[in-house]
Amino acid sequence: MLVDDKLMTMKEAIKKFVHDGDTIYMAGFTHLIPFSAGHEIIRQKMRNLTLIRPTPDLIYDQMIAAGCAKKLIFSWAGNPGVGSLHAFRRAVEKGYPNKIEIEEYTHFALISSLLAGAMNIPFFPIKSIRGSDLLKYNHKIKVIECPYTGQEVCVVPPLNPDVAILHAQRADRNGNVQVWGIIGDHKEAAFAAKRVIVSVEEIVDEYVVRSDPNRTLIPYFVVDALVEEPWAAHPSYAQGYYDRDNDFYIEWDKISSDVNLLEKYLEEWVYGVENRAEYVKKLGAEKLMKLKPKNFYSIAINYGLY
Amino acid sequence: MEYTRSELMAIAAARELKDGETVFVGIGLPNLAANLAKRMHAPNLIMVYEAGVIGANPSRLPLSIGDPCLVTGSQSVCTMFEVFSLYLQAGRIDVGFLGGAQIDKYGNINSTVIGDYEKPKVRLPGSGGGCDIALLAKRILIITPHEIRRFPEKVDFVTSPGFLGGKMERQKLKLEGGGPVRVITDLAILGFDKETGEMVLESVHPGVSVDDVKKNTGWDLKVSKDLKVTEEPSEKELLTLRELDPKGIYLGKRG
Repeated sequence: MLVDDKLMTMKEAIKKFVHDGDTIYMAGFTHLIPFSAGHEIIRQKMRNLTLIRPTPDLIYDQMIAAGCAKKLIFSWAGNPGVGSLHAFRRAVEKGYPNKIEIEEYTHFALISSLLAGAMNIPFFPIKSIRGSDLLKYNHKIKVIECPYTGQEVCVVPPLNPDVAILHAQRADRNGNVQVWGIIGDHKEAAFAAKRVIVSVEEIVDEYVVRSDPNRTLIPYFVVDALVEEPWAAHPSYAQGYYDRDNDFYIEWDKISSDVNLLEKYLEEWVYGVENRAEYVKKLGAEKLMKLKPKNFYSIAINYGLY
Repeated sequence: MEYTRSELMAIAAARELKDGETVFVGIGLPNLAANLAKRMHAPNLIMVYEAGVIGANPSRLPLSIGDPCLVTGSQSVCTMFEVFSLYLQAGRIDVGFLGGAQIDKYGNINSTVIGDYEKPKVRLPGSGGGCDIALLAKRILIITPHEIRRFPEKVDFVTSPGFLGGKMERQKLKLEGGGPVRVITDLAILGFDKETGEMVLESVHPGVSVDDVKKNTGWDLKVSKDLKVTEEPSEKELLTLRELDPKGIYLGKRG
Protein backbone atom coordinates (compact mmCIF):
# COMPACT_ATOMS: atom_id res chain seq x y z
CA MET A 1 0.00 0.00 0.00
CA LEU A 2 1.61 3.26 -1.14
CA VAL A 3 -0.18 6.24 0.25
CA ASP A 4 1.25 9.40 -1.22
CA ASP A 5 4.34 11.37 -1.97
CA LYS A 6 5.51 12.30 1.51
CA LEU A 7 9.03 11.21 0.79
CA MET A 8 11.18 14.24 0.00
CA THR A 9 14.52 15.89 0.72
CA MET A 10 15.02 17.97 3.85
CA LYS A 11 15.34 21.05 1.68
CA GLU A 12 11.93 20.40 0.14
CA ALA A 13 10.33 19.53 3.47
CA ILE A 14 11.48 22.73 5.17
CA LYS A 15 10.55 24.86 2.15
CA LYS A 16 7.09 23.33 1.96
CA PHE A 17 6.12 23.11 5.64
CA VAL A 18 8.05 25.79 7.56
CA HIS A 19 7.33 29.50 7.10
CA ASP A 20 8.70 32.71 8.58
CA GLY A 21 6.92 33.50 11.84
CA ASP A 22 5.96 29.88 12.55
CA THR A 23 5.92 28.25 15.96
CA ILE A 24 8.22 25.24 15.76
CA TYR A 25 8.69 22.29 18.10
CA MET A 26 11.81 20.25 17.37
CA ALA A 27 11.45 17.15 19.51
CA GLY A 28 13.92 14.80 21.20
CA PHE A 29 15.09 14.69 24.82
CA THR A 30 18.88 14.56 24.29
CA HIS A 31 18.17 11.66 21.91
CA LEU A 32 17.29 12.08 18.19
CA ILE A 33 17.53 15.88 18.10
CA PRO A 34 16.85 16.90 14.47
CA PHE A 35 20.04 18.87 13.79
CA SER A 36 19.81 18.36 10.04
CA ALA A 37 16.42 20.11 9.93
CA GLY A 38 17.74 22.94 12.12
CA HIS A 39 20.68 23.49 9.79
CA GLU A 40 18.37 23.54 6.77
CA ILE A 41 16.18 26.17 8.47
CA ILE A 42 19.32 28.27 9.05
CA ARG A 43 20.38 27.82 5.40
CA GLN A 44 16.94 28.91 4.19
CA LYS A 45 17.34 32.02 6.41
CA MET A 46 13.97 31.67 8.10
CA ARG A 47 13.12 34.49 10.48
CA ASN A 48 10.86 35.40 13.42
CA LEU A 49 10.40 31.80 14.52
CA THR A 50 9.07 30.86 17.92
CA LEU A 51 11.25 27.93 18.94
CA ILE A 52 9.98 25.42 21.49
CA ARG A 53 11.90 22.66 23.24
CA PRO A 54 12.17 21.70 26.91
CA THR A 55 15.95 21.76 26.39
CA PRO A 56 16.90 24.18 23.58
CA ASP A 57 20.21 22.31 23.32
CA LEU A 58 22.89 23.19 20.77
CA ILE A 59 20.42 23.20 17.90
CA TYR A 60 18.45 26.20 19.15
CA ASP A 61 21.67 27.85 20.32
CA GLN A 62 22.80 27.67 16.68
CA MET A 63 19.45 28.87 15.33
CA ILE A 64 19.40 31.79 17.80
CA ALA A 65 22.96 32.70 16.77
CA ALA A 66 21.92 32.59 13.10
CA GLY A 67 19.11 35.07 13.78
CA CYS A 68 16.17 32.72 13.14
CA ALA A 69 14.46 33.18 16.53
CA LYS A 70 12.01 35.77 17.77
CA LYS A 71 10.93 33.86 20.85
CA LEU A 72 12.01 30.84 22.87
CA ILE A 73 9.67 28.61 24.90
CA PHE A 74 11.71 26.27 27.10
CA SER A 75 12.36 24.78 30.52
CA TRP A 76 16.13 24.16 30.74
CA ALA A 77 18.54 26.15 28.61
CA GLY A 78 21.94 24.64 29.24
CA ASN A 79 24.56 22.46 27.56
CA PRO A 80 24.01 19.17 29.46
CA GLY A 81 26.96 18.25 31.67
CA VAL A 82 29.00 21.12 30.17
CA GLY A 83 27.49 24.49 31.14
CA SER A 84 25.85 27.44 29.39
CA LEU A 85 24.27 27.87 25.99
CA HIS A 86 26.25 30.99 25.14
CA ALA A 87 24.27 32.19 22.10
CA PHE A 88 21.06 31.90 24.14
CA ARG A 89 22.70 33.88 26.93
CA ARG A 90 23.94 36.61 24.58
CA ALA A 91 20.44 36.99 23.16
CA VAL A 92 18.81 37.19 26.60
CA GLU A 93 21.51 39.21 28.39
CA LYS A 94 22.66 41.51 25.56
CA GLY A 95 20.08 41.23 22.78
CA TYR A 96 22.68 39.83 20.34
CA PRO A 97 22.22 39.20 17.40
CA ASN A 98 18.63 40.17 18.23
CA LYS A 99 16.52 40.34 21.34
CA ILE A 100 14.44 37.26 21.98
CA GLU A 101 11.34 36.96 24.06
CA ILE A 102 11.29 34.05 26.51
CA GLU A 103 8.44 31.99 27.93
CA GLU A 104 9.67 29.70 30.63
CA TYR A 105 8.27 26.52 32.21
CA THR A 106 9.44 23.52 34.20
CA HIS A 107 9.93 20.26 32.30
CA PHE A 108 6.72 18.83 33.73
CA ALA A 109 4.72 21.98 32.93
CA LEU A 110 5.95 22.25 29.34
CA ILE A 111 5.41 18.59 28.49
CA SER A 112 1.94 18.75 30.08
CA SER A 113 1.13 21.79 27.97
CA LEU A 114 2.18 19.90 24.85
CA LEU A 115 0.12 16.88 25.89
CA ALA A 116 -2.92 19.10 26.43
CA GLY A 117 -2.44 20.34 22.87
CA ALA A 118 -2.08 16.80 21.56
CA MET A 119 -5.25 15.71 23.41
CA ASN A 120 -7.25 18.77 22.39
CA ILE A 121 -8.27 19.66 25.95
CA PRO A 122 -8.50 23.23 27.35
CA PHE A 123 -5.85 22.95 30.09
CA PHE A 124 -3.85 20.44 32.09
CA PRO A 125 -3.60 20.39 35.91
CA ILE A 126 -0.27 19.63 37.61
CA LYS A 127 0.77 19.62 41.26
CA SER A 128 3.96 21.54 40.58
CA ILE A 129 5.15 25.17 40.28
CA ARG A 130 3.20 26.61 43.24
CA GLY A 131 5.75 28.32 45.48
CA SER A 132 8.13 29.00 42.60
CA ASP A 133 8.83 32.49 41.22
CA LEU A 134 8.08 31.17 37.72
CA LEU A 135 4.42 31.95 38.44
CA LYS A 136 5.26 35.67 38.62
CA TYR A 137 6.78 35.78 35.16
CA ASN A 138 4.85 33.26 33.10
CA HIS A 139 1.24 34.39 33.17
CA LYS A 140 0.10 31.48 31.04
CA ILE A 141 0.54 29.26 34.10
CA LYS A 142 -2.45 29.79 36.35
CA VAL A 143 -3.52 28.65 39.79
CA ILE A 144 -7.13 27.53 40.00
CA GLU A 145 -9.32 25.87 42.59
CA CYS A 146 -9.90 22.19 41.96
CA PRO A 147 -13.66 21.78 41.33
CA TYR A 148 -13.68 18.53 43.34
CA THR A 149 -11.43 19.13 46.36
CA GLY A 150 -11.34 22.93 46.49
CA GLN A 151 -7.54 22.81 46.71
CA GLU A 152 -5.30 25.07 44.68
CA VAL A 153 -3.78 23.50 41.60
CA CYS A 154 -1.63 24.80 38.73
CA VAL A 155 -2.90 24.58 35.18
CA VAL A 156 -1.10 25.03 31.88
CA PRO A 157 -2.68 25.84 28.51
CA PRO A 158 -2.65 23.57 25.44
CA LEU A 159 0.33 23.99 23.15
CA ASN A 160 -0.26 23.43 19.43
CA PRO A 161 2.85 24.29 17.39
CA ASP A 162 2.53 25.06 13.68
CA VAL A 163 5.20 22.50 12.91
CA ALA A 164 6.76 19.58 14.76
CA ILE A 165 10.06 18.26 13.45
CA LEU A 166 11.46 14.99 14.69
CA HIS A 167 14.05 12.40 13.88
CA ALA A 168 13.57 8.64 14.35
CA GLN A 169 15.40 5.41 13.69
CA ARG A 170 13.11 4.11 10.96
CA ALA A 171 9.82 4.33 9.12
CA ASP A 172 8.18 2.60 6.21
CA ARG A 173 7.71 4.69 3.07
CA ASN A 174 4.21 5.67 4.10
CA GLY A 175 5.59 7.28 7.25
CA ASN A 176 4.75 4.86 10.04
CA VAL A 177 7.50 5.90 12.45
CA GLN A 178 9.30 3.56 14.84
CA VAL A 179 11.41 4.80 17.73
CA TRP A 180 13.32 3.07 20.52
CA GLY A 181 15.58 4.26 23.31
CA ILE A 182 14.58 7.52 24.98
CA ILE A 183 11.20 8.45 23.49
CA GLY A 184 10.96 11.77 25.37
CA ASP A 185 8.44 14.13 23.79
CA HIS A 186 8.24 12.66 20.27
CA LYS A 187 4.68 11.40 20.35
CA GLU A 188 3.14 14.43 22.07
CA ALA A 189 4.95 16.80 19.67
CA ALA A 190 3.72 14.95 16.57
CA PHE A 191 0.11 14.76 17.76
CA ALA A 192 0.02 18.38 18.97
CA ALA A 193 1.38 20.03 15.82
CA LYS A 194 -0.51 21.15 12.74
CA ARG A 195 2.23 19.92 10.38
CA VAL A 196 4.77 17.16 11.01
CA ILE A 197 8.17 16.60 9.40
CA VAL A 198 9.96 13.35 10.23
CA SER A 199 13.48 12.37 9.23
CA VAL A 200 14.69 8.81 9.73
CA GLU A 201 17.95 6.91 9.71
CA GLU A 202 16.46 4.45 7.26
CA ILE A 203 13.29 3.64 5.36
CA VAL A 204 12.34 0.00 5.83
CA ASP A 205 9.84 -2.28 4.14
CA GLU A 206 6.30 -2.11 5.42
CA TYR A 207 6.49 -5.71 6.70
CA VAL A 208 9.30 -4.69 9.09
CA VAL A 209 6.97 -2.16 10.72
CA ARG A 210 4.03 -4.56 10.70
CA SER A 211 6.20 -7.25 12.33
CA ASP A 212 6.49 -5.08 15.45
CA PRO A 213 3.57 -2.61 15.65
CA ASN A 214 4.12 -1.84 19.34
CA ARG A 215 7.26 0.01 18.33
CA THR A 216 5.39 2.40 16.03
CA LEU A 217 5.11 5.69 17.92
CA ILE A 218 3.54 7.76 15.16
CA PRO A 219 1.24 6.44 12.42
CA TYR A 220 1.55 7.64 8.83
CA PHE A 221 -1.56 9.82 8.77
CA VAL A 222 -0.05 12.13 11.39
CA VAL A 223 3.06 12.66 9.23
CA ASP A 224 3.25 15.23 6.40
CA ALA A 225 6.82 14.92 5.22
CA LEU A 226 9.23 12.03 5.43
CA VAL A 227 12.97 12.43 4.87
CA GLU A 228 15.47 9.58 4.74
CA GLU A 229 18.66 10.99 6.13
CA PRO A 230 21.28 8.97 8.01
CA TRP A 231 23.15 10.83 10.78
CA ALA A 232 20.53 13.59 10.79
CA ALA A 233 20.73 13.81 14.59
CA HIS A 234 24.51 14.30 14.92
CA PRO A 235 25.95 15.60 17.34
CA SER A 236 22.93 14.18 19.18
CA TYR A 237 22.50 10.44 18.72
CA ALA A 238 20.29 7.64 17.45
CA GLN A 239 20.11 4.66 19.82
CA GLY A 240 21.73 1.65 18.21
CA TYR A 241 22.96 3.66 15.19
CA TYR A 242 25.48 6.12 16.63
CA ASP A 243 26.60 7.56 19.94
CA ARG A 244 26.19 11.10 21.22
CA ASP A 245 29.21 13.15 20.13
CA ASN A 246 30.10 14.32 23.62
CA ASP A 247 33.41 15.75 22.39
CA PHE A 248 31.49 18.14 20.17
CA TYR A 249 29.12 19.15 22.98
CA ILE A 250 32.21 20.03 25.05
CA GLU A 251 33.81 21.84 22.10
CA TRP A 252 30.63 23.87 21.54
CA ASP A 253 31.28 25.59 24.86
CA LYS A 254 34.41 27.15 23.35
CA ILE A 255 32.96 27.78 19.89
CA SER A 256 29.80 29.44 21.17
CA SER A 257 31.62 31.58 23.75
CA ASP A 258 33.24 33.51 20.91
CA VAL A 259 31.01 35.21 18.33
CA ASN A 260 33.70 34.95 15.64
CA LEU A 261 34.32 31.26 16.22
CA LEU A 262 30.58 30.67 16.12
CA GLU A 263 30.22 32.56 12.82
CA LYS A 264 33.07 30.50 11.43
CA TYR A 265 31.37 27.31 12.57
CA LEU A 266 28.10 28.25 10.85
CA GLU A 267 30.00 29.25 7.68
CA GLU A 268 31.86 25.98 7.55
CA TRP A 269 29.36 23.40 8.81
CA VAL A 270 25.95 24.90 7.96
CA TYR A 271 26.12 27.45 5.10
CA GLY A 272 29.19 25.73 3.66
CA VAL A 273 27.46 22.42 2.99
CA GLU A 274 24.57 21.72 0.67
CA ASN A 275 22.84 19.12 2.81
CA ARG A 276 23.33 16.52 5.51
CA ALA A 277 25.05 14.08 3.18
CA GLU A 278 27.80 16.65 2.62
CA TYR A 279 27.99 17.33 6.36
CA VAL A 280 28.41 13.62 7.02
CA LYS A 281 31.11 13.35 4.38
CA LYS A 282 32.87 16.28 6.00
CA LEU A 283 32.72 14.61 9.42
CA GLY A 284 34.92 11.88 7.96
CA ALA A 285 35.13 8.13 8.29
CA GLU A 286 37.27 8.17 11.41
CA LYS A 287 34.75 10.23 13.39
CA LEU A 288 31.82 8.15 12.14
CA MET A 289 33.54 4.90 13.08
CA LYS A 290 34.29 6.23 16.54
CA LEU A 291 30.63 6.97 17.15
CA LYS A 292 29.35 3.55 16.00
CA PRO A 293 28.34 1.34 18.94
CA LYS A 294 28.74 -2.41 19.04
CA ASN A 295 25.50 -4.26 18.28
CA PHE A 296 23.22 -5.33 21.11
CA TYR A 297 19.93 -6.80 19.87
CA SER A 298 16.70 -7.18 21.77
CA ILE A 299 15.21 -10.66 21.75
CA ALA A 300 12.40 -11.05 19.21
CA ILE A 301 8.91 -11.48 20.67
CA ASN A 302 6.05 -13.66 19.46
CA TYR A 303 2.94 -11.76 18.33
CA GLY A 304 1.22 -14.98 17.22
CA LEU A 305 -0.53 -15.63 13.92
CA TYR A 306 -4.34 -15.44 14.11
CA MET B 1 44.15 7.19 52.14
CA GLU B 2 44.38 10.80 51.02
CA TYR B 3 41.25 12.33 49.57
CA THR B 4 39.88 15.66 48.41
CA ARG B 5 36.92 17.52 49.91
CA SER B 6 35.00 17.09 46.67
CA GLU B 7 35.44 13.35 46.99
CA LEU B 8 34.15 13.44 50.54
CA MET B 9 31.16 15.49 49.34
CA ALA B 10 30.21 12.84 46.80
CA ILE B 11 30.73 10.04 49.35
CA ALA B 12 28.69 11.82 52.05
CA ALA B 13 25.88 12.29 49.52
CA ALA B 14 25.99 8.61 48.57
CA ARG B 15 25.65 7.64 52.24
CA GLU B 16 22.32 9.50 52.43
CA LEU B 17 20.72 7.02 50.00
CA LYS B 18 19.18 3.85 51.43
CA ASP B 19 19.05 0.45 49.79
CA GLY B 20 15.81 -0.17 47.90
CA GLU B 21 14.93 3.50 47.55
CA THR B 22 13.90 5.14 44.30
CA VAL B 23 16.07 8.12 43.45
CA PHE B 24 15.49 10.72 40.74
CA VAL B 25 18.98 11.31 39.42
CA GLY B 26 20.28 14.55 37.95
CA ILE B 27 23.46 14.93 36.02
CA GLY B 28 26.87 15.67 37.55
CA LEU B 29 27.54 15.02 41.23
CA PRO B 30 24.11 13.48 42.01
CA ASN B 31 24.69 10.96 39.27
CA LEU B 32 28.10 10.12 40.71
CA ALA B 33 26.74 9.83 44.26
CA ALA B 34 23.84 7.58 43.20
CA ASN B 35 26.10 5.29 41.19
CA LEU B 36 28.52 5.12 44.14
CA ALA B 37 25.73 4.22 46.59
CA LYS B 38 24.56 1.46 44.24
CA ARG B 39 28.04 -0.06 44.16
CA MET B 40 28.50 0.27 47.94
CA HIS B 41 25.65 -0.16 50.43
CA ALA B 42 22.59 0.19 48.18
CA PRO B 43 22.72 -2.44 45.41
CA ASN B 44 18.92 -2.31 45.07
CA LEU B 45 18.79 1.44 44.59
CA ILE B 46 16.41 2.25 41.71
CA MET B 47 17.84 5.03 39.58
CA VAL B 48 15.23 7.02 37.64
CA TYR B 49 16.51 9.53 35.09
CA GLU B 50 14.29 12.41 34.01
CA ALA B 51 14.77 11.48 30.35
CA GLY B 52 12.44 8.55 31.15
CA VAL B 53 14.82 5.74 32.04
CA ILE B 54 13.84 3.52 34.96
CA GLY B 55 16.30 1.17 36.65
CA ALA B 56 19.33 2.27 34.65
CA ASN B 57 22.49 0.24 34.93
CA PRO B 58 25.01 2.37 33.02
CA SER B 59 28.29 0.88 31.87
CA ARG B 60 29.95 4.30 31.87
CA LEU B 61 29.29 7.57 33.68
CA PRO B 62 27.28 9.64 31.20
CA LEU B 63 27.97 13.30 30.39
CA SER B 64 24.30 14.02 29.70
CA ILE B 65 21.15 12.89 31.44
CA GLY B 66 19.86 11.31 28.22
CA ASP B 67 22.88 9.22 27.29
CA PRO B 68 22.36 6.01 25.28
CA CYS B 69 24.25 3.98 27.91
CA LEU B 70 21.41 4.66 30.35
CA VAL B 71 18.96 2.91 28.06
CA THR B 72 20.88 -0.22 27.10
CA GLY B 73 20.27 -2.78 29.86
CA SER B 74 17.81 -0.63 31.83
CA GLN B 75 14.54 -2.01 33.22
CA SER B 76 12.16 0.33 31.47
CA VAL B 77 11.98 3.37 29.24
CA CYS B 78 8.95 5.66 29.35
CA THR B 79 8.02 9.05 27.92
CA MET B 80 9.07 12.30 29.54
CA PHE B 81 5.45 12.98 30.51
CA GLU B 82 5.17 9.56 32.19
CA VAL B 83 8.33 9.96 34.26
CA PHE B 84 7.08 13.26 35.69
CA SER B 85 3.46 12.19 36.17
CA LEU B 86 3.26 8.43 36.84
CA TYR B 87 6.51 8.33 38.79
CA LEU B 88 7.28 11.74 40.33
CA GLN B 89 3.83 13.31 40.82
CA ALA B 90 2.24 10.01 41.84
CA GLY B 91 4.63 9.78 44.80
CA ARG B 92 6.88 7.00 43.55
CA ILE B 93 10.14 8.93 44.02
CA ASP B 94 11.72 8.73 47.50
CA VAL B 95 14.66 11.01 46.93
CA GLY B 96 15.31 13.94 44.63
CA PHE B 97 18.85 15.21 44.25
CA LEU B 98 19.28 18.88 43.40
CA GLY B 99 22.03 21.44 42.97
CA GLY B 100 21.91 25.09 41.97
CA ALA B 101 23.72 28.39 41.68
CA GLN B 102 22.26 29.70 44.95
CA ILE B 103 20.77 27.98 48.01
CA ASP B 104 19.35 30.06 50.83
CA LYS B 105 18.61 29.84 54.56
CA TYR B 106 15.36 27.93 53.96
CA GLY B 107 16.68 25.59 51.29
CA ASN B 108 15.19 27.46 48.34
CA ILE B 109 17.21 26.93 45.19
CA ASN B 110 17.90 29.36 42.37
CA SER B 111 19.01 27.97 39.02
CA THR B 112 17.29 30.62 36.89
CA VAL B 113 18.93 34.02 37.09
CA ILE B 114 21.45 36.15 38.98
CA GLY B 115 20.07 39.67 39.31
CA ASP B 116 16.74 40.77 37.90
CA TYR B 117 14.65 38.32 35.84
CA GLU B 118 13.84 40.87 33.14
CA LYS B 119 17.39 42.27 33.00
CA PRO B 120 19.60 39.41 34.15
CA LYS B 121 23.23 39.83 35.15
CA VAL B 122 23.72 36.13 34.50
CA ARG B 123 21.10 34.01 32.82
CA LEU B 124 21.26 30.43 34.17
CA PRO B 125 19.60 27.36 32.57
CA GLY B 126 16.33 27.51 34.54
CA SER B 127 14.26 24.86 36.31
CA GLY B 128 14.33 21.88 34.02
CA GLY B 129 12.81 19.25 36.27
CA GLY B 130 14.27 20.93 39.40
CA CYS B 131 11.13 22.72 40.57
CA ASP B 132 8.98 19.65 39.86
CA ILE B 133 11.34 17.44 41.86
CA ALA B 134 11.58 19.94 44.75
CA LEU B 135 7.79 19.99 45.06
CA LEU B 136 6.98 16.34 44.41
CA ALA B 137 9.74 14.01 45.68
CA LYS B 138 9.36 12.68 49.23
CA ARG B 139 12.66 14.17 50.35
CA ILE B 140 15.29 16.38 48.78
CA LEU B 141 19.05 16.23 49.03
CA ILE B 142 20.98 19.28 47.90
CA ILE B 143 24.59 18.93 46.85
CA THR B 144 26.80 21.95 46.12
CA PRO B 145 30.27 23.38 46.70
CA HIS B 146 30.29 25.64 49.77
CA GLU B 147 31.05 29.20 48.68
CA ILE B 148 29.62 32.43 50.05
CA ARG B 149 28.20 33.49 46.67
CA ARG B 150 26.26 30.23 46.53
CA PHE B 151 24.78 30.65 50.02
CA PRO B 152 22.96 34.02 50.19
CA GLU B 153 20.39 34.65 52.93
CA LYS B 154 17.72 34.90 50.22
CA VAL B 155 18.00 33.64 46.65
CA ASP B 156 17.52 36.09 43.73
CA PHE B 157 14.85 33.82 42.25
CA VAL B 158 13.04 30.83 43.76
CA THR B 159 13.34 28.20 41.04
CA SER B 160 12.89 25.14 43.24
CA PRO B 161 11.08 25.87 46.51
CA GLY B 162 12.53 24.65 49.78
CA PHE B 163 10.68 25.95 52.85
CA LEU B 164 10.07 29.35 51.15
CA GLY B 165 10.02 31.98 53.95
CA GLY B 166 9.87 29.29 56.66
CA LYS B 167 8.31 25.88 57.20
CA MET B 168 4.83 27.27 57.89
CA GLU B 169 4.76 28.88 54.48
CA ARG B 170 5.43 25.61 52.71
CA GLN B 171 2.84 23.83 54.86
CA LYS B 172 0.23 26.47 54.01
CA LEU B 173 0.60 25.67 50.30
CA LYS B 174 -0.04 21.96 51.02
CA LEU B 175 2.72 20.89 48.67
CA GLU B 176 3.10 17.19 47.97
CA GLY B 177 6.75 16.47 48.74
CA GLY B 178 8.51 16.76 52.10
CA GLY B 179 11.07 19.37 51.08
CA PRO B 180 14.84 19.47 51.68
CA VAL B 181 16.40 17.32 54.40
CA ARG B 182 20.15 17.68 53.83
CA VAL B 183 22.62 19.98 52.15
CA ILE B 184 25.91 18.26 51.43
CA THR B 185 28.85 20.50 50.59
CA ASP B 186 32.63 20.19 50.36
CA LEU B 187 32.90 21.66 53.87
CA ALA B 188 29.99 20.25 55.81
CA ILE B 189 26.64 18.51 56.09
CA LEU B 190 23.68 20.69 56.99
CA GLY B 191 20.11 19.83 57.98
CA PHE B 192 16.92 21.82 58.56
CA ASP B 193 15.24 22.81 61.82
CA LYS B 194 12.11 20.69 62.29
CA GLU B 195 10.00 23.65 63.40
CA THR B 196 11.22 26.59 61.36
CA GLY B 197 12.79 24.95 58.31
CA GLU B 198 15.97 26.99 58.78
CA MET B 199 19.28 25.46 57.74
CA VAL B 200 21.42 24.11 60.61
CA LEU B 201 25.06 23.00 60.56
CA GLU B 202 25.10 19.33 61.59
CA SER B 203 28.53 18.03 60.71
CA VAL B 204 31.83 19.53 59.62
CA HIS B 205 34.22 17.59 57.41
CA PRO B 206 37.57 16.55 58.99
CA GLY B 207 39.94 19.52 59.15
CA VAL B 208 37.14 22.08 58.64
CA SER B 209 36.17 24.45 61.49
CA VAL B 210 32.73 25.85 62.26
CA ASP B 211 34.22 29.23 61.46
CA ASP B 212 35.28 28.08 57.98
CA VAL B 213 31.69 27.07 57.27
CA LYS B 214 30.24 30.29 58.71
CA LYS B 215 32.66 32.42 56.70
CA ASN B 216 31.35 30.77 53.54
CA THR B 217 27.68 31.18 54.41
CA GLY B 218 25.80 34.43 53.76
CA TRP B 219 23.86 34.62 57.02
CA ASP B 220 24.41 33.84 60.69
CA LEU B 221 24.27 30.06 60.36
CA LYS B 222 22.83 28.12 63.29
CA VAL B 223 24.91 25.25 64.64
CA SER B 224 23.42 22.02 65.98
CA LYS B 225 23.90 21.23 69.67
CA ASP B 226 25.32 17.84 68.77
CA LEU B 227 27.63 18.95 66.01
CA LYS B 228 29.55 16.03 64.51
CA VAL B 229 32.63 15.54 62.41
CA THR B 230 31.86 13.79 59.11
CA GLU B 231 33.13 10.23 58.98
CA GLU B 232 36.23 9.95 56.79
CA PRO B 233 35.86 8.07 53.51
CA SER B 234 36.82 4.42 53.64
CA GLU B 235 39.38 3.04 51.23
CA LYS B 236 36.63 1.09 49.48
CA GLU B 237 34.47 4.18 49.05
CA LEU B 238 37.36 6.13 47.58
CA LEU B 239 38.51 3.41 45.21
CA THR B 240 34.96 2.81 43.95
CA LEU B 241 34.43 6.54 43.46
CA ARG B 242 37.66 6.90 41.48
CA GLU B 243 36.73 3.92 39.35
CA LEU B 244 33.51 5.76 38.45
CA ASP B 245 35.23 9.03 37.60
CA PRO B 246 38.73 8.03 36.51
CA LYS B 247 39.37 11.21 34.55
CA GLY B 248 38.11 13.52 37.28
CA ILE B 249 35.34 14.94 35.07
CA TYR B 250 32.97 15.40 37.99
CA LEU B 251 35.38 15.85 40.87
CA GLY B 252 38.29 17.68 39.30
CA LYS B 253 41.86 16.47 39.29
CA ARG B 254 43.34 15.19 42.50
CA GLY B 255 46.57 16.60 43.70
